Amino acid sequence: MDKLLQQIVNGITLGSIYALIALGYTMVYGIIKLINFAHCDIYMIGAYVGYFCMTYFKLGLVPSLLIAMLVCSLLGVLIERIAYRPLRNAARISVLITAIGVSLFLEYGTMFFVKANVRTYPEVTGMMAQRFNVGEMVISMQQIILVGITILLMALLQFIVKRTRLGKAMRAVSMDRDAAQLMGIDVNSTVSFTFALGSALAGAAGILVGLYYNTINPLMGVVPGLKAFIAAVFGGIGIIPGAMIGGYFIGAVEVMVSGYGGSMFRDAVVFGILILILIIKPSGLLGKNTREKV
Amino acid sequence: MRKFIAIGLVYAIVQILIMTNLISGYFQATLVTIGINIILAVSLNLITGFTGQFSLGHAGFMSVGAYVCAIVTMRMPTIPGFILGVALGAVAAAILGFLVGLPTLRLRGDYLAIATLGMSEIIRIIFLNLEVTNGAAGLIGIPQFINWTWLFIFTVGTVLLLSNFVKSAHGRACISIREDEIAAEAMGIDTIRYKVIAFIIGAACAGIAGAIYASYFHYLEPNLFGFLKSVDVLVIVVLGGLGSLSGSMLAAILLALISTYLQSFPEIRMVLYSLILIIIMIFRPQGLMGSREISLSVFSKLGRNKLWDRFKSQKGGQ
Repeated sequence: MDKLLQQIVNGITLGSIYALIALGYTMVYGIIKLINFAHCDIYMIGAYVGYFCMTYFKLGLVPSLLIAMLVCSLLGVLIERIAYRPLRNAARISVLITAIGVSLFLEYGTMFFVKANVRTYPEVTGMMAQRFNVGEMVISMQQIILVGITILLMALLQFIVKRTRLGKAMRAVSMDRDAAQLMGIDVNSTVSFTFALGSALAGAAGILVGLYYNTINPLMGVVPGLKAFIAAVFGGIGIIPGAMIGGYFIGAVEVMVSGYGGSMFRDAVVFGILILILIIKPSGLLGKNTREKV
Repeated sequence: MRKFIAIGLVYAIVQILIMTNLISGYFQATLVTIGINIILAVSLNLITGFTGQFSLGHAGFMSVGAYVCAIVTMRMPTIPGFILGVALGAVAAAILGFLVGLPTLRLRGDYLAIATLGMSEIIRIIFLNLEVTNGAAGLIGIPQFINWTWLFIFTVGTVLLLSNFVKSAHGRACISIREDEIAAEAMGIDTIRYKVIAFIIGAACAGIAGAIYASYFHYLEPNLFGFLKSVDVLVIVVLGGLGSLSGSMLAAILLALISTYLQSFPEIRMVLYSLILIIIMIFRPQGLMGSREISLSVFSKLGRNKLWDRFKSQKGGQ
């Protein structure tokens, strides 16, 4: 029973990371119908920015987090401007291939500059290193901070999407781009804003993962990126609460599978879930079935 | 007829160059890589370029062919054993293609891409955990049977098979699915059936390519067949042109030569690959060749100076 509770705590921690990344996938897909393969590498860049801020400039967690989010959102906007916007009206497959290209470029470009070796985040000290024993469970301060920041960012995102003018524009563009344009919404800047928001969340996830797992490398984004995408599909791609639910679900499944003896098959189980969802209910948990029109 | 003479000529010239040691062992490895990449690229082109089904799981099919062939030839290290291994590898990959294709081909575009990617990752993880494939350590000491003759037979055989398929009524049915699936269905084409056929043929050819890989490089490990391998093949197909077999062949040769020169700088190689992908998609999304094919008649026309004459007469006309 205690083991189960401990696994649930770990699952929530991992799920927070997946949920943060999945939000970026789902928002971008919702607005321009593109699987942004480069998203997982923005998360990696976020981890590296955080690493440099903390190691070389000796900044604390909050300033590093803000800098990483800022750099990542600029990068996201830049990628959209250079690589995706010229292809806005091209065939879907071309944009998807471009996204794979951008992803590889970020991975191997980073590898070229910082080398392929693993880097270690500075050791956490003081209040951050505390651990709490609740019964047999161990909850670390890092886990509490990680989950706390995630929930704060999600609440902020919900506020932006539901309550602000820009959020309203985002929802309008994702419903019908042409109609939104006719209503006087600047589609290009709305799409840029969506990329900025999603990338900032990915950057935050990157620095939190760096703090939690301590090691980062240029290819660290590939596997979590795929899993976060699966989380987004699970919840219903394009739906923001769906990405949160999916993230926590995938995190819990992964922790449970590896906690109960199947750690070698952990990734296979997650991909299996993906294929099952795609076959049974491609629109995801919260998605509505849409009929295709000729 | 002229086609077969040209094919025979290419074979003979390279064979003579190998026999006189003008092509070194190192370059022979590049030749094998070119052959494997041609087979992989034309077969992925059938799925993605001609039938329009975006697959990111080609490395999965390749790995099945490679492992089956390796296991068979390690038990039966003879020429018939090798042929049996290649055949079984192709059949196993085809069966997998059928099993994967039937449920997932209901999906479209990006969803299909992700599903096939997931499938190939699952295959890789299974190979990592199986006893018979020796897990992450991989298989070592697979008997080497592939030489230039075998490589040539398999490569040319695959290309001829696929080019004949594409030109047949079945091939045209596949192309019509790419152009407009709903219209194709309205014209009475069984779209699911043709998509599955394209998947099976593509998977079988990828299995052959894997078998050649196993038999030449006599070493296999599951991580050779990850996501990056699928992307490698995709780059070739996209660079050559979706829907152009000769484009795929051209791009396979070009990229194999480039990566041979960049062997000692793997990071630069991948940066270059990714830039090629982005730039082509933005400025020339149809690839080098578009959906056109190079045919031998171009060369014969050049020989008879017809093109030159036409060029001159056009100039005169202006």
